[in-house]
Amino acid sequence: MEIHVDRARCTGIGMCESVTADYFEVLDDGTLVLHRVDVPEHDIALIEDAVRACPAAALSLESGHEV
Amino acid sequence: MDGSKAGLVVVGASLAGLRAVESARRAGYSGAITLIGEEVHAPYDRPPLSKQFLVDSPNPVPLCTEEDLRERLGVRLLLGRAAAGLDPDAHVVRLDGGHQVPYHRAIIATGAKARGLNGSGGLAGVHTLRTVEDASAIRDALTPGTRVVVVGAGFIGAEIASSAVSVGATVTIVEAAPAPLVRAVGELVGTELARLHDLAGVRVVLGARITELLGTARVTGVRLADGQVVRADVVVVGIGAVPATEWLSGSGVELDPVDGGIVCDAFLRTSVADVYAAGDVASWPNAIMDQRMRMENWTGAAELGARAAVNALFPDRATAFETVPYFWSDWYGSRIQFAGTALAERAEIVTSDVEHAQFVALYSTGSRLAGAATLNQPAKIMKLRRLIQRRASLDEAVQLLQRSRTVPVPEPVAGRAQPCP
Repeated sequence: MEIHVDRARCTGIGMCESVTADYFEVLDDGTLVLHRVDVPEHDIALIEDAVRACPAAALSLESGHEV
Repeated sequence: MDGSKAGLVVVGASLAGLRAVESARRAGYSGAITLIGEEVHAPYDRPPLSKQFLVDSPNPVPLCTEEDLRERLGVRLLLGRAAAGLDPDAHVVRLDGGHQVPYHRAIIATGAKARGLNGSGGLAGVHTLRTVEDASAIRDALTPGTRVVVVGAGFIGAEIASSAVSVGATVTIVEAAPAPLVRAVGELVGTELARLHDLAGVRVVLGARITELLGTARVTGVRLADGQVVRADVVVVGIGAVPATEWLSGSGVELDPVDGGIVCDAFLRTSVADVYAAGDVASWPNAIMDQRMRMENWTGAAELGARAAVNALFPDRATAFETVPYFWSDWYGSRIQFAGTALAERAEIVTSDVEHAQFVALYSTGSRLAGAATLNQPAKIMKLRRLIQRRASLDEAVQLLQRSRTVPVPEPVAGRAQPCP
C-alpha cells in the first residue's frame, strides 16, 4: 500500500506528523514531506489512523503498483 | 425488554457523532446504530465555515454522505430531529414531537450553540455562526465596502474578520476583555496575535462593552459603554459557544454548573449508566494534561467520538481518554497553531521574527512544558505537541527550537500566563 497526498487539499496542519513522524513531516513553509511512501502490512493501521486524523481529508492509502 | 437490540444511539450528527459511528463499526460492532441530528444535513465540516466558505467556496464540505451512512455504515439516520430529553430508567432518548428512541448505549455529541448578544432579537443584519445556514447568511451580507462589526476577538471572530477583509469589507472588532483570546492562549500570546488585525487594517476595540444595538428593523451600528458609536451594516457575534445540553436538564446526566458541559469520567462515561459523551459537550479528566478539560476543536471532537464508541460498546477494551489538545486557526494568510494548555504558570515567547510574522511561544508549569503556540511555524508545532505528550521539560522544548531554528532568536519575552486552577 502507498500513501497519497492530495496537494490541493493539504495545508500542513500536521495531524499526520502527530500520528507518526516516521512517515510524515511538515516543513517550515507548511509543505508536507513523506519520509516513506510504501506502507508495510504492520504499519497499515497506523497510517489509516493518520488518514482519518487529517482535517483536510488530504491523505489516502491506496494499493501501490505491483513490483 | 432486551436492551441490546436497541443498539447504539448517537445524539448529534456532526464530527464527533460521525466518528463515533465509524469507530463503532471499525471496532467490529454489528448491532443497530441510530444517528440523530438536529440539522437536516449529513455531517459536514465546520472549520471552513468561518474561512473559505465565506470567501470563495460555494458549498459546505461533506464529511460523509447520507448514502454512505445508511449503506456502508448501516446507520438509521434521523436528521432534522432535535433531542428533547433522555430517560435513563427507560433507556430512551426523547425527540422533539414526542417520538422515543430506545438505546442500549447512548453517546451524547450534541456540540455547542453560538452564544448570542442580548437584545439582538429580531434585528436584521445581526448574525452568529455555527451552522452552514448561518455561514450562508453571513456570506451573502459580506460585500465590498460593507461595514462589519465583529463582536468578540476570539478565533471565530478573528477568522470572520479575516474573511470579511478579503472580500473587501471594512471591519471593526469589538472585544469586551482587555486582551483578546485570554482564555484560549493567555494574555501574552493573545496580545501578540492581535497585531495581525492591525497589520490587516482591522480596528480592534478592546475592553469595550456593547450597550446597545442601533437600528429599528435593521442594524445600523453598535453603541459602546463609553458612548462611542461604531456604524455597521452587518454585526457578527462571535462571543463563544455554550454546550448544547439544555435538553438534558432533569435527566440525571450531571452537567457542569459553570459551563453546562457534561461531566464525564476518564472513560467518557456520564453520571448515568450506559450514557457516554463526546465532542464539545464532554468535560473529562485529561490525565496527560493533569486537568479536567472541555475542548471545542476539530481534533478533540474526532478523537473523543472515536474513543467514546469503543468504550461504550466494548467494556473489555475500554481505555481512559487522554490527549494533548490541538487546534489551528487561519487569519489573513497566517496560520496560528496551538497545542496543550494555556492554563499554565508561565508563558514566554521563545523565538520571534516580526518581519516574517513568526513566533513560537511556550507555556510551562514547574519545569514541565504545558503548551505551545506558534504563528507561521508549521514545522514546529507537532514536534512540540509530542514533547508535551511525553511530559518533557521546557528546557527540552527550547533545545528543540534552537536545533531547528532558522531565524535569529532574541531574548525571551516573559509574560504571565493564567494561574493554574
